[in-house]
Amino acid sequence: MRLKLVPEETSVDFFSRSKLWLGISGLMMVIAFVSFALQGLNFGIDFRGGTTIRTESAEPVDVAAYRAAMQELELGDIVISEVFDPSFGPDENVAMVRIAPQGDAESVTPETIQAVESALQSVAPDINFTSVESVGPKVSGELIQTAIIAVLLAIGAVLIYIWLRFEWQFALGAVAALVHDVLLTIGIFSELRIQFDLAIIAALLTIVGYSLNDTVVVFDRVRENLVKYKKRPLKEVLNISINETLSRTLMTSVTTLLALIALFILGGDVIRGFVFAMIWGVLVGTYSSIFVATALLHRLGVKRDWEKPTDGGAGTQFANVDA
Amino acid sequence: MLQIDTWKRVLIWLVVAFGIVFAAPNLFYDRVERHNDAATAIEREGETEERTAALGAWPSWLPSTIINLGLDLRGGAHLLAEVQVEDVYDARLEALWPEVRDTLRPLRDSVGTIRLQDGTPGELRVTLGNPDGMGQALSAVRELAQPVASVASAGASDIEVSGEGDTLVVRLSEAEQRATDDRTLRQALEIIRRRIDEVGTREPTIQRQGEDRILIQVPGIGSAAELKDIIGTTAQLTFQPVVGRGVAESTDPGIGNEVVPALDDEGVFYELERAPVVTGEELVDAQPAFDQNGNPAVNFRFNAQGARAFGEYTAENIGNPFAIVLDNEVISAPVIQSHIPGGSGIITGQFTVEESTQLAVLLRAGALPAGLTFLEERTIGPELGQDSIEAGQIATMVAFALVLVFMFACYGLFGLFANIALIINVALLFGILSVIGATLTLPGIAGIVLTVGMAVDANVLIFERIREELKTARGPARAIERGYEKALSAIVDANITTIITAIILFAMGSGPVRGFALTLGFGIITSVFTAIFVTRLFVTMWFERTRPKTITV
Repeated sequence: MRLKLVPEETSVDFFSRSKLWLGISGLMMVIAFVSFALQGLNFGIDFRGGTTIRTESAEPVDVAAYRAAMQELELGDIVISEVFDPSFGPDENVAMVRIAPQGDAESVTPETIQAVESALQSVAPDINFTSVESVGPKVSGELIQTAIIAVLLAIGAVLIYIWLRFEWQFALGAVAALVHDVLLTIGIFSELRIQFDLAIIAALLTIVGYSLNDTVVVFDRVRENLVKYKKRPLKEVLNISINETLSRTLMTSVTTLLALIALFILGGDVIRGFVFAMIWGVLVGTYSSIFVATALLHRLGVKRDWEKPTDGGAGTQFANVDA
Repeated sequence: MLQIDTWKRVLIWLVVAFGIVFAAPNLFYDRVERHNDAATAIEREGETEERTAALGAWPSWLPSTIINLGLDLRGGAHLLAEVQVEDVYDARLEALWPEVRDTLRPLRDSVGTIRLQDGTPGELRVTLGNPDGMGQALSAVRELAQPVASVASAGASDIEVSGEGDTLVVRLSEAEQRATDDRTLRQALEIIRRRIDEVGTREPTIQRQGEDRILIQVPGIGSAAELKDIIGTTAQLTFQPVVGRGVAESTDPGIGNEVVPALDDEGVFYELERAPVVTGEELVDAQPAFDQNGNPAVNFRFNAQGARAFGEYTAENIGNPFAIVLDNEVISAPVIQSHIPGGSGIITGQFTVEESTQLAVLLRAGALPAGLTFLEERTIGPELGQDSIEAGQIATMVAFALVLVFMFACYGLFGLFANIALIINVALLFGILSVIGATLTLPGIAGIVLTVGMAVDANVLIFERIREELKTARGPARAIERGYEKALSAIVDANITTIITAIILFAMGSGPVRGFALTLGFGIITSVFTAIFVTRLFVTMWFERTRPKTITV
């Protein structure tokens, strides 16, 4: 007896409501964008500069007392948040303290850290400082720039690759799905105020890779079926292709999600945001490769005669390369 | 039909064996690490019983390369420093002044008297008494120019000389500035490395980043502040003649003199001659010691040249004070009691034992050519690192188990093949990461977990395809073969796109993000290899043995 996620033969009509799906996706993208534009992201120190101090003590964290103790130091904007994790014992009470960058100084002075530490020690004598990280404004500015370039570069490179291997309509469909996934991920980080740091950029790029992986597998089948069913309308061919690859798409998503969920629950709080981004990315990536990428491909139309590789579409000469 | 050449089989098994052999040391991490540490210690400082025992903990004929653990897993300090390369320009120009003076002096008849103007940074400005001689002065000084000593800008000269009214201006040329920057950075890198080695911690990372930055990561050190104490001090030591003590800060020093604050007495300033008698560069040794009153001090010894200069100066100036200056602060200004011929001496001041030890280390390692600004600093406590490793280990194992069970439930025997391949895949990944000396970070562990999840993708593609082919193709062998054939293009396309993103991440990212890109990238390569070669080999071997009439995938 085998576990089957989808029946052997499926013939779901993925296009009967394609307008609805595209509409929902469009709406979600608008919401994500508006949220991002209105309240921005909760940038970590990697991107805005400043200092974070992670504390651990046996006594429960008293955020108000911490804040009061630090108020006298006049360090500007201070954010104190308690951290929870199932792996913490009863005597492990963890908090993160974030301090805004101090004037023009590139990185925080040892005196400032000393002052903060002794202020906190006066509240909780047994407090431990398990990590202290400080990033100057110069580096954080560069990090933002590099991150944006990296994401754009990844999308661009992928666009070119798919264009070479398929046709431009495919490339556009795939990239639309990608932008959709990246935008929704940024949106949920903005909406839920989850800290956005350098690792999240890595997660974003992984989502780019994953979402593409899914989309490309569907497209590969579309290309094959376009040759196989020359006479059928495009919509039918697309539908057949999605149905044929549905089992694989879901299998891979489920195994990846299983691994990620294990990491989300057990991997500790330090990378939880990162893993959350990836889980979200796998979900929207799977959705977008089924509903967004192909729907767009349907709207754009596609060359039907794949037997003659030099006919029209640029770049299709690479389509038959089986590396 | 289903066939794999013998040589291919041998090759596949060899690769698998390589993975397992080179991944194995990581299973015995502590033991291998002790073995490696002992081996280094024995090479450096000779054998002790303890070290030999540690060395024996791991057989030396087995590979002993293990994955480095990043700071976020081991704890330690991370600093990103910017070298103030401009600091060096002024020193270079200042050193040029005597030459310029000596060149212009013989021309006094046409250029008039010459006078050095004080302090515009990056420029040497000389006033000519007779501006009409400017042309002659310019061409004379231009002859001092030397070709830049760097391959990139061969042929360019090192200084630019121009005239502004009655002022002759000498600047470093852009090519020379770049060559100087490069030299400064290399020197700084070398000095930092020496200082950290003196303190003796394990596997520090000291890397140049870009034009003027240095990345320093030291595992096991208590805090970034501690690390900064070691590398942040310039440690420019000079011995300068004292003109006056206890002068006001605002004193206008005579030409060639400067006003320098005292290190320990707040508000006390010295007026010193700018040209040092000897500098720290001429030191050959410095050791922490105690003075005759039992206070911590530092003993030092000069090289022959330094000893001669110091000897001559002390002989001529008995009864006069001279100042020991560290980074523009006077440590002490003792009166010369007698001629000091041997070239050794003692620095006293209000030191603690730690301070004198540290000063000795700094002096031995040499001075930094320029100051450092710290752009980024991180300290990760060892407990946090330990927690992260443990969490990462548990999560990876659970993720692994879940995927294994799920694959078996979905594909039965074929799932089992894929599972063995998955285990081999992780072994290969660890093997590669060990061999290339990669550093494992927390996001890197996430990369491995993600690889575990995604690695089965290629197998899933193949198995699903075999299922489809079984419906149409004649016989299971043909179905399996066609399954592999047809799935290949999807596998290649899907994975190349992911590799592209991993490469971009690696190229653009830094620190932990790079660790993630590395495990993700290699994870994709090994997963494709195991899916299209290893599982296929298993399936073929199984098929040859049982020759089933029908199969279910």
